[in-house]
Amino acid sequence: MASAVVTRDAAAGGVAVRRTRRGRYALRGLALLYVGVLVVVPLVVIVGKVAGAGWTQLTDALGSPSAVTAYRLTIEVSLIAIVLNTAFGVGFGLLLTRYRIPGRRLLSAAADLPIAVSPVVAGLALVLVYGPIDGWFGAGLAGAGIRVIYSLPGMVLATTFVSFPLVLREVVPVLDEAGTDMEQASRVLGANSWQQFVRITLPTIRPALTYGVVLSLARSLGEFGAVRVVSGGISGAGQTQTVTLLIDDKYQQLEGGTYQLALLLVAVTVAAIVVASLRRPSPGRPLPRRNDREER
Amino acid sequence: MGERELTRLRAPSAAGLGVSVLWLSLLVLIPLAAVVTKSFAGGWSGFWAAVTTEQAVASLRLTVLSALIITLINAVMGTVLAWVLVRDEFSSKRLVEIVLDIPFALPTIVAGLVLISVYGPTSPVHLDIYGTQKAVAFALLFVTLPFVARAVQPVLMELDVEAEQAAACLGAGPVTTFRRILLPQLLPAVASGAGLGFARAMGEYGSVLLISGGLNRTEVTSLYAYGRIQNYDYVGAAAVSTVLLGLSLAVLLGLDVTQRRGRRRG
Repeated sequence: MASAVVTRDAAAGGVAVRRTRRGRYALRGLALLYVGVLVVVPLVVIVGKVAGAGWTQLTDALGSPSAVTAYRLTIEVSLIAIVLNTAFGVGFGLLLTRYRIPGRRLLSAAADLPIAVSPVVAGLALVLVYGPIDGWFGAGLAGAGIRVIYSLPGMVLATTFVSFPLVLREVVPVLDEAGTDMEQASRVLGANSWQQFVRITLPTIRPALTYGVVLSLARSLGEFGAVRVVSGGISGAGQTQTVTLLIDDKYQQLEGGTYQLALLLVAVTVAAIVVASLRRPSPGRPLPRRNDREER
Repeated sequence: MGERELTRLRAPSAAGLGVSVLWLSLLVLIPLAAVVTKSFAGGWSGFWAAVTTEQAVASLRLTVLSALIITLINAVMGTVLAWVLVRDEFSSKRLVEIVLDIPFALPTIVAGLVLISVYGPTSPVHLDIYGTQKAVAFALLFVTLPFVARAVQPVLMELDVEAEQAAACLGAGPVTTFRRILLPQLLPAVASGAGLGFARAMGEYGSVLLISGGLNRTEVTSLYAYGRIQNYDYVGAAAVSTVLLGLSLAVLLGLDVTQRRGRRRG
């Protein structure tokens, strides 16, 4: 090391590079190991279990009458929830970003609230207001012959609650970022509100909207805690059993078919994620702010 | 977004705002208010009695402690994951991206079932943590896996590598470069992701349900609240729910304030 400065620096650089590369491999290994132990291994084991049980087990479990009833109910509840949340997300998003609204920040924060609420608390909250016996509004609604809790409307409300801000949160940053220039131009050129929305606003927010809808879909199909509370948790109640509730019920009753149904939901989830990631312009979804329209 | 060309509300938009706020109130605000109101149905003393029963205290302690522990692990591992996904290049990166999103979207009951099949009594890897507090933490780690990584990733992508290269040229090792250059810039994103994960972990129910084994020592607050609801003890359920709500809101509010302050300084 007593040689010229240049070679010493080069040697030091070589050591640094080697050390950095070793560090890089170590980090990569750590990350892959962590994701593997937490996510990949469990998923592989589920697939193994289902494959081990055989094809007839799979078709029996997925085709059983209780499963088919559960699919129908789950899809019905999820679709209504998604329609409600999409309409609210786009409408409220436009209002928040395009109009002078008193208490804008407060309203936006209030719409984000459900993200921070435990599903069980969400279910309890709905029972306390819409419960048929002593709910704030539920007693009156029950008097009018409308059953909310322990029936379909309650499950829709619960599912809508837990996925409430997902579309809104995706749409608002894009609307903010896009500004109103194009919309105003179209207005000047004689477009009415509907044309302006369909021709300008909708194409602008379409990727974000799709992403938000896919997120809501995954969240709605998989909702468990809140729906369990408002459906009364009565096993075998048939009419109020979504796929997740059925899985839990089968597991508690030690019936077969649990893993088969679970794998079905895994498959749907993975499909949703793949669709969403194809829709997503850049890898990595910023949680707090979404900036995929930087080059305006 | 400043005071730029915002339109004044007119009749149709005002009606839309009215409908939106009504819907928000009917679905979210009034029900949450009902929880808080219910928890104080017996006055302050009734609330206090409900949250200080032995099982309520134990559940709250377990919930907060395990949420704190997994938040620390998430902060570290999430940063590592983000760094590997942004700065490293390897062939299966796209796959890791997809796998990372699975816990976000996987139904919680399925997550619980999946975990129990690997780390439960019939564990193929002979690692049975069923019914232990470790199992609770494990389930929480699963469902909160992407939070920090997804928050840090975009920030890391935006950063210039020049400052890091300069530091390295000046003789700083990788650790020093990370600590002095990278970490200060990533910290707000790490905090934001960790805070969201913390709030999520505090309320988690489905994934914990099966692997906790229904024992007292593994009863997190959401499980406890569910049990109270099953017994029609709405005051007891509402009281611990109010505590959960308060804690989550405090964390999110704290995050909002620090982020805003950070932005003003930057």
